[in-house]
Amino acid sequence: MTVGDSATPLAKVRGLGSAQHGGEHWLRDKVQSAALVLLGAWLLTSLLLLPTLDQRTLTEWLRSPLGAVPMALFVVTGFRHGLEGMKVVVDDYVDHEGNRFAVNTLLLFLAYGGAGLALFALGRIAFGGGA
Amino acid sequence: MAASILHRISGAALTIGGLAILVWWLMAIAGGADGYARFIELVSHWTGKVVLIGLTWAFFQHLLTGIRHLAMDAGQGFELGVNKGAAIVTIAASILLTVALWVYILGVFQ
Repeated sequence: MTVGDSATPLAKVRGLGSAQHGGEHWLRDKVQSAALVLLGAWLLTSLLLLPTLDQRTLTEWLRSPLGAVPMALFVVTGFRHGLEGMKVVVDDYVDHEGNRFAVNTLLLFLAYGGAGLALFALGRIAFGGGA
Repeated sequence: MAASILHRISGAALTIGGLAILVWWLMAIAGGADGYARFIELVSHWTGKVVLIGLTWAFFQHLLTGIRHLAMDAGQGFELGVNKGAAIVTIAASILLTVALWVYILGVFQ
């Protein structure tokens, strides 16, 4: 595991960062956060501007491209951001490595399951025949 | 410090509570008028309202501290006075926005 003395200085430090792709991950997190600022503002504004919030109005709204597409983006970005944020919290506060792995894996499954359910519901609203 | 821990707490609340309610809400809309009526009935109960008001505050707090963090990542606002002031603004604004929104919501829906 240890790098021999013959290794160059770069080889000795390469890959030693905590996540090993820190810079890339950091930037992606910023872009994701900025996207959620816009999507969050869009969701709140949309709900306030809708005439009523009954099932029929919401269905019509989520059938239009301007409702369905940002909502799908909000679901995907929101779940990804939530998962990555929870991983930061779990990595900081759960000391035992096995427990950390278990909690992170559980959160991963929950996030993919939840996002899948939300997108299924959205597809049913947007493309469903009835109601 | 306080703003940082609030960012984490509100983020965790939004992930666990907020996303669960988002999924439930979309499933309820997809489930038709009767299913949606059941959803509205449950969230209109006072416990449902308490949860929603809490999540509204978490949404605004996380959004505002998130914007503050984006500004700080761009190298802005590290002076002690500015930094502390901005942190206090996020907390005051999140509470004000939550109150304003819920006064509006409770005004419109009885």
